[in-house]
Amino acid sequence: MALAEPPGHPASLWRNPEPRRTYDVVIVGAGGHGLATAYYLAKNHGIEDVAVIERGWLAGGNMARNTAIIRSNYLWDESAALYEHAMKLWEGLSEELDYDVLFSQRGVLNLAHSLQDVRDGVRRVEANRLQGVDAEWLTPEQVKEFCPVVNVSPKARYPVLGATLQRRAGIARHDHVAWAYARAADALGVDLIQNCEVTGITVRGDRVTGVETDRGPVTAGRVALAVAGHSTLLAEMAGLRLPVQSHPLQALVSELLEPVLPCVVMSNAVHVYVSQAHKGELVLGAGVDQYNSYGRRGGFHVIQQQMAAALELFPAFARARVLRTWGGVVDVSPDASPIVGRTPVDGLYLNCGWGTGGFKATPGAGWVYAHTIAHDRPHPLNEPYSLERFTTGALIDEHGAAAVAH
Amino acid sequence: MQLIPCPWCGDRDEVEFHYGGQAHLVHPADPDALSDEEWAGYLFLRDNPAGWFAERWSHAAGCRRWFNVLRHTVTHEVYGAYLPGEPVPVIAS
Repeated sequence: MALAEPPGHPASLWRNPEPRRTYDVVIVGAGGHGLATAYYLAKNHGIEDVAVIERGWLAGGNMARNTAIIRSNYLWDESAALYEHAMKLWEGLSEELDYDVLFSQRGVLNLAHSLQDVRDGVRRVEANRLQGVDAEWLTPEQVKEFCPVVNVSPKARYPVLGATLQRRAGIARHDHVAWAYARAADALGVDLIQNCEVTGITVRGDRVTGVETDRGPVTAGRVALAVAGHSTLLAEMAGLRLPVQSHPLQALVSELLEPVLPCVVMSNAVHVYVSQAHKGELVLGAGVDQYNSYGRRGGFHVIQQQMAAALELFPAFARARVLRTWGGVVDVSPDASPIVGRTPVDGLYLNCGWGTGGFKATPGAGWVYAHTIAHDRPHPLNEPYSLERFTTGALIDEHGAAAVAH
Repeated sequence: MQLIPCPWCGDRDEVEFHYGGQAHLVHPADPDALSDEEWAGYLFLRDNPAGWFAERWSHAAGCRRWFNVLRHTVTHEVYGAYLPGEPVPVIAS
């Protein structure tokens, strides 16, 4: 793994302007999705009169807390199309934004531990090939060759019976992604406003007219939410109820190690996903804590379970020490697919419900959300992701199908 | 880990329990009369407050009975458990 030049100090990458009293578009939330949306609004649609309003600091929410895995090997056509669009953008992103986001296409293995896992994996590989997404099925011997540190012994409690491999998948440096989008959006005239909490959304008749903030009111022709785990609270300010529940999602890193894990390894059955970051720490994540919470922390037993799962796959990690664990608040939708589109309030747009998997979609989500805001109608890629699908029944059920449980 | 107060078994570790989400949902009295929007609401819309939340828990690895808990979703403080059918406790200020 080649080390890139250290980044410049983030504060020097964008202005920190005072909020103006009026904007064409206000985006709430300066995470990856909000920043990417602002960038593509300016770049693709020429809409530069944009503010991104952030309660805390830029990219300090789930953008700072995810495990940075990027893949597009989803089962359903709607999902594969959206995530593959994001993947293609990832492949050119450092060049597009003139900032190295350290996108490393080191491959993602999704291990199979049972006959049903094998059937699901092979089915997904075939589906991905039809969708134009690169996918391969590996035997246990090929898994061992691709990732020597994985335990493929038939004596393992959950033996590895094979794996799907997406070679184009991998990881990126999450902070660099946020800073790259922020710098590029700022250069195009977007105001990035940190430490400014949206306390209300003003609606006149059926139309949004702006937001209230703790630094005064801001009028706007269009308001776009991109606030992940806090989506239901923000939508409530405009009188909307969303089919979304907030849960803690935890992750952890080990101390820095020599390069040992050449790819990303995910396992649905033992339930853990692991990669080795550029600096050398092992990054591990698993599923959400079961209860609703905004506490940005979870139970330690969840960490214990994911460590047990990791040791099942990688006995060599037994002596690695945990350096840090943390939690974020994720917004889980009923079908484990996001909601991106218009709302019953004119001029108010919604991007939420990404649950545990929003980071990988960052460029694609920003791209289609910007299109939706600019044209007041969805991009073909996010048309299936409307809020109405919970009424029509046209769900995109990625529970389990998406190669990892949610 | 949170301690969940089972009304029958007392305080037990959270790992013994299964979470059931929002409590006090009422099944529609006349399902045939519901519009698609109303069905969607019944199936998919749940409260998601940042604050006190009345929710269902099941003591899955214990007595296996369902009950309700009033719990704070930011601090994780548990105000108390109560039986299904009982009203949400009023929090003394």
